[in-house]
Order: sequence, then structure tokens, then C-alpha cells
Amino acid sequence: MRAIIEVNGLRKRFGPAVALDGMTFTVRAGQVTGFAGPNGAGKSTTMRIILGLDRPDDGTALVGGQPYAALRRPLTHVGALIDAGAVQPSRTGRNHLLWLAHSQGLPVRRVDEVIDQVGLRTAARRRAGGYSLGMRQRLGVAAALLGDPPVLILDEPFNGLDPEGMVWMRRLLRERAADGRVVLIASHLMGELQDLAGHVVVVGRGRVVADAPVADLRARFGTLEAAYLELTRDEVAFRAEGVR
Amino acid sequence: MIRAEWTKFRTVRGWLLGLAGAVLATVFLGVAAASASHTSCSKGPVEVPCPRPPTGPDGGLVQDRFPFAHRDLAGDGSLTVRVAGMTGIITYPPPNHDEIVSGLVPWAKAGIMVKDGVTPGSRYAAVLLTAAHGVRWQHDYTHDQAGPATASWLRLTRTGDTVTGYASADGSTWAEVGTTRLAGLPRTVQIGLFVASPTNVTSTANARGGSIVQARFTQATGVFDRVSPAGGWRYDEVGDDGERTDWEKFHQPAGLREAAGKLTLTGSGDIAPGGTAAGVTVERTLVGMIFALLLVIVVAVLFVTAEYRRGLIRTTLIAEPRRRRALAAKAVVIGAVTFAAGLVAAGITMPWATRLLADGGNFVQPVGLATGLRVVVGSAALLALLAVLAYALGAALRRGLLAVVLAVALTVLPYLLATASVLPPGAAQWVLRLTPAAGFAIQQTLPAYAQVSYPYTPSDGYFPLPPWAGLAVVAAWAAAVLAVAAARLRRGDA
Repeated sequence: MRAIIEVNGLRKRFGPAVALDGMTFTVRAGQVTGFAGPNGAGKSTTMRIILGLDRPDDGTALVGGQPYAALRRPLTHVGALIDAGAVQPSRTGRNHLLWLAHSQGLPVRRVDEVIDQVGLRTAARRRAGGYSLGMRQRLGVAAALLGDPPVLILDEPFNGLDPEGMVWMRRLLRERAADGRVVLIASHLMGELQDLAGHVVVVGRGRVVADAPVADLRARFGTLEAAYLELTRDEVAFRAEGVR
Repeated sequence: MIRAEWTKFRTVRGWLLGLAGAVLATVFLGVAAASASHTSCSKGPVEVPCPRPPTGPDGGLVQDRFPFAHRDLAGDGSLTVRVAGMTGIITYPPPNHDEIVSGLVPWAKAGIMVKDGVTPGSRYAAVLLTAAHGVRWQHDYTHDQAGPATASWLRLTRTGDTVTGYASADGSTWAEVGTTRLAGLPRTVQIGLFVASPTNVTSTANARGGSIVQARFTQATGVFDRVSPAGGWRYDEVGDDGERTDWEKFHQPAGLREAAGKLTLTGSGDIAPGGTAAGVTVERTLVGMIFALLLVIVVAVLFVTAEYRRGLIRTTLIAEPRRRRALAAKAVVIGAVTFAAGLVAAGITMPWATRLLADGGNFVQPVGLATGLRVVVGSAALLALLAVLAYALGAALRRGLLAVVLAVALTVLPYLLATASVLPPGAAQWVLRLTPAAGFAIQQTLPAYAQVSYPYTPSDGYFPLPPWAGLAVVAAWAAAVLAVAAARLRRGDA
């Protein structure tokens, strides 16, 4: 499978609210791509459409040239973390990964490999309901890595991580990108994206407002945060007084 | 995906405990009820074991009590009679219940019979005239076949093991009514005349719910003439228990009178399958399954609604984007685990509780291996289909509590209303045709017989649908709700 995400002309309404208004961008391999935008700009909806969870009213979202629903053993093509809280509290972390492995025909060996990879070995046999947010985040990343996919889509991967976890996550994402994989991360942490991402897609009100290398934006605006605030100035639904 | 769903199921301890609880509830309630059940009879002040109801040739409990004028028949032979008249009484029937009236119940009988001795439960074949159902050919308690609507002449021939009955309106033109091979019939059998007058059982709706079943003593008198060959009659009341009603003591005892070539035979009783009145049915040992069903419903609903509650459904659909497959995989798993639990529960409870019932002096309706297996496997299949239905409700509604309440309202509630004598029999029967509670018909071991005038009501263990048709109703419900769930899952955003 080609490591590429192609989002083309996505439109989606929820009742009277326009969530996506011609969302179009391409995510390429080899670098971490940041996905930024104000709350309600359509990031989550776009990611859910890429993963086949939501149906667009119009437009297409292809992973490696195929719609997600056409993928067989999809976790070996795409690894996703969209909601770290989505676990059955009474099931252990290891058993959560075990059913996912079984669903993709992956060997049990992979479960233990990813548990070691995310550093959950000591907690893996405890109930996931007792996990801290950071541990759930690691479990979610383990699930995304399970099928060793060429495409990773992570929503707010730094949420709840301690400083050691942040360092680990950064290194993990960089390594994956350097491996020639697609890494798309949605995040509000502009400082984090500025250091980590080679490319960024900024969205507002369901459309792309910037799709550029981080270096270009920094050259124009100084910092990624400054670029973000400037670019999304007219796209934000809520803003406290005094911020620009 | 089925393996993944099985892994999901077995890794939540609460669901496994729920299933184990369902098995234990069935076993415990069945065994507890059976060991608490004790039947005995009194002879004066002394408690004695009850007389065993007779067992027919196929092993089932039967009724075999009637006045019989008979003689030996060695080898082949025949008997011809004319039924000159049939009269009778019914004690205190509706509407006023205040007097003994002349009349016959519809299945009052007068006829001729070949029988393997006078022991209750022995084999027989008979051609007979009924009060309201014309000439019949009956043999071995459960078999009944219609003959001409009107005839007064009856003839029975025995050739080897084969017995054949004929009827005629005028004594010269004869039509065959039925023929039967009674394998292993000894050379000498009893041939003779009999009457029978079944108890008059009625069931009326009770204003306060359920129904009132009443049974009334009846008696019939048959007058036979033109008996050929004549003479040599001995009289026996087959299956006589020694009990006498006041009518028999003070007005008209059962018996045989012979005068001027006429034989007049009077008496009560019936020759018929035993029914639930004769003994406990094996399916009664599975009463605990209704409590097991409550637990199974909760587990089956939570198996899917917990995923919606936690957002885990998205993870499931990311792992299996073909949504109908994802839905089906879960249905297969919940069906399979509840089937296995039902098999264990019924497979342990039925034999164990049946033995305990027998130890307590109760008469258990014997069932063949095939019927016993049908009840055990069918109960497991019923539990599985009801679990799939509950799961489908959960998948369609996505709300745990709502789905549990609805599943209980569709299955447990109608079953209890219909069988616990809350609804009048007519309404109960419709409930057991239309709702998923119809599936409990798979547990019914005793069929209803058209030749027995008995209110075959759900509270008595008789379902309006045949066993497999009842199960098919549940399957249709499960399939329909599953289709609704699939449509909702396919259309919408997850």
C-alpha cells in the first residue's frame, strides 16, 4: 500500500451546522504532519471520515488510494488513536489489545511487543478502568502500532502524558516518520508541533486555511503559534478578549 | 472477527459471571423445586404411595378406566353388534350448576374392543360410536381416526396381529373404519363391549384474571343388541380404583345387565392419553430458565450497549469497517455462548430434577430420548435466540436500560402473563403465538389430542404453536430486530 492520505472536497453537515466545507489536503510520508485548527474547525470529523466512521455528504477520503472501508485487516494499513478513553473498564489492557490482534489475524506475540514498545508491561494485566490518562494514551498508541501500519493517525497524542512520556512520544513519532510512514497528528500544542512536524495543515470552519511546511510558516510569522493565530483569526467561534 | 468478539466476551468478568449465574439459577431452582415436591396418598389415616397411573405401550402415562363386558378370543375371530342407544348424565353442568342433567359429553363412547387382557395400560384396538364425533377407530390410547358420521352397526375382526374395524348403517353394507397391527398380540385376547364417559372438564375466564377449570362426573349407558356371536360375557371395570360417587352409590352403579339378547353397559372413565393431569412433565423442571433469561438478557444487551457507552464501538468499526459483519460477529458470539450455557443448564437440570421428583413419589411423564433431547437442545436454542433478540434490541436502541426493559417486556413478561394464569386462555394463546415467548413451545413434551375434550391451556403447559414453529417465531423476531439494528448501523455515523 502507498503511504499517503488524500482528502478531497469533503463536505458534511450536522443539521444546520456546516462541519466540513470542501476540506482538501494530502498527507505524505517521511515527515510528521501536524493537523491544527480551532475547536469545531472539523479536525475530528475529518479524521472520523478518513477512518470510515462518519459518512461525508460529498467528497472522498482515501488511505493509500483506497477508501478505508475497502481495506482488509485495516489495522495493518492504518493505526489510529482517536479516543483514549474508549476502553471497557473491566477488561485488562492486554486483553484489549488481544481482541484487536484477533480481529486482524495478528499473532499474540504482537500484543506483547507493542506492550513493551509503549512501556505498559507492568500495567498490562490490570483493568483498564484503573489506568491514568497517560496510561490510556499509551494503550491507545499500542493499539495503533499493533498492525505495524504504514499510516498513523493520532488525535491529541500528548494528552495526559508526563514529561518522560512527551519525550517518548516525540521520539516514537519522529522514528515512524523517518521510516517512510505517514504520521498525521491533530494537536492544539503549537510549540510541540513546531519542533516535531515538518508540515502542517491548518483548518478553520471546515476548510484548509494553510497547508505548508512548518519552515515556511516560521519564516513568514516567526513562530507556528503566531502563524496559527493569524491564519485562524477569522475562523474562530470562541475567543477570549485580549488574545491578539 | 468472531474470534475477536469471543475474546471481548470472555475478558469481561461480569459477563462470564452473569452467564454462570444463569446456569446456576436454572439448576438451583429446578433442583430445589423438585426436591421440595412430594406426592403421597392416604388410606384412611395412613400415608401410602399413590397408585401408579397406568403406562401405555409407548411408555406414556394413560387413562384406562371403563366398564368392559368381555370374553376370551383365542386366535382369529370377530364380533358384530348394533348400538341401539346411548344415554347418560352430567353432574351439575353450567350455566346453573344446580342439577344433574341427562346428556352425554361429546366424547362419550360405546363400542367394541380387542384388548390384551384387562390390565390398565394394555394394548387395544376399538371401533366405537361417540356422542358427537361419529364413528371412530382408536387404538393404543393416542391414535384416533374418524369413520362415518352416522352408523349404528359395528364389527371388529382379528386376524393374527391385525385388528380391523367396520361400521354400517343397516347391518348389511359395511365400510372399513380402520385397521391396525398390534405387534406381539398373544393368541388369547379379550374381545367385548365397552362404554366410556370422560370427566366433563371446562375452563372459563375468571373475572379477576386467569381461568377457572372445573371437572364434573359423568356417566354413560350403552345398549347393544344383535350381538353376534352372543353369550359368555364376563364383566370387569378396567382400572377400578374403588372410589364411588354418590350418583353411583345411590342412583345408578356402573355395571352390565343382560336381558332378552340386549346388553346394557353403564359406567364412567376414559381410554385416552394421560395428559398433564396424570403426572408432572419433564419441562416443569426447567422453570428456573425464566430467571436465567433475565440474566442472559442483561449480559446480551450490555455486550453491545457497553461499547456505545464507552465509545468502544468506534474501535470495533475501525477494526472491522464492514459494519454488518461486525454486527453479525457479535450476534454469533452471544448466540453461541448462551447456547452453550443453556445446554449445560438444561442438560444438568432436567435429568437431575426428574430423578428427584420420582424420589419424592411424584409421577413424571416419561419421555423418549428424542423428545428429551429436543427439550434440552431446544431450550438452549431458545435461550440463544432470545439472547440474540436482546442483543439486537441493544444494538438498535444503543441504550442499555431501555433495551433491557424492552427485551423483558417482549419475552419474560408475556411468558409469565400467559402461563401463570393471569390472562384469560384465549388472550394467553394469542400472546404465545405472536410474542417471542412463543418459543417456550419447544419445551412442551405432551401433545394436545383432538380426541380428548380438555382445555389445553398455556397455564397447563400446552402451547398454541408446535415446538419448532414456536422457535421459528423467536427466530423471526431476532432476525427482524437485527435487520433494524443493521440498517441503523449502516446508515448513520458511528
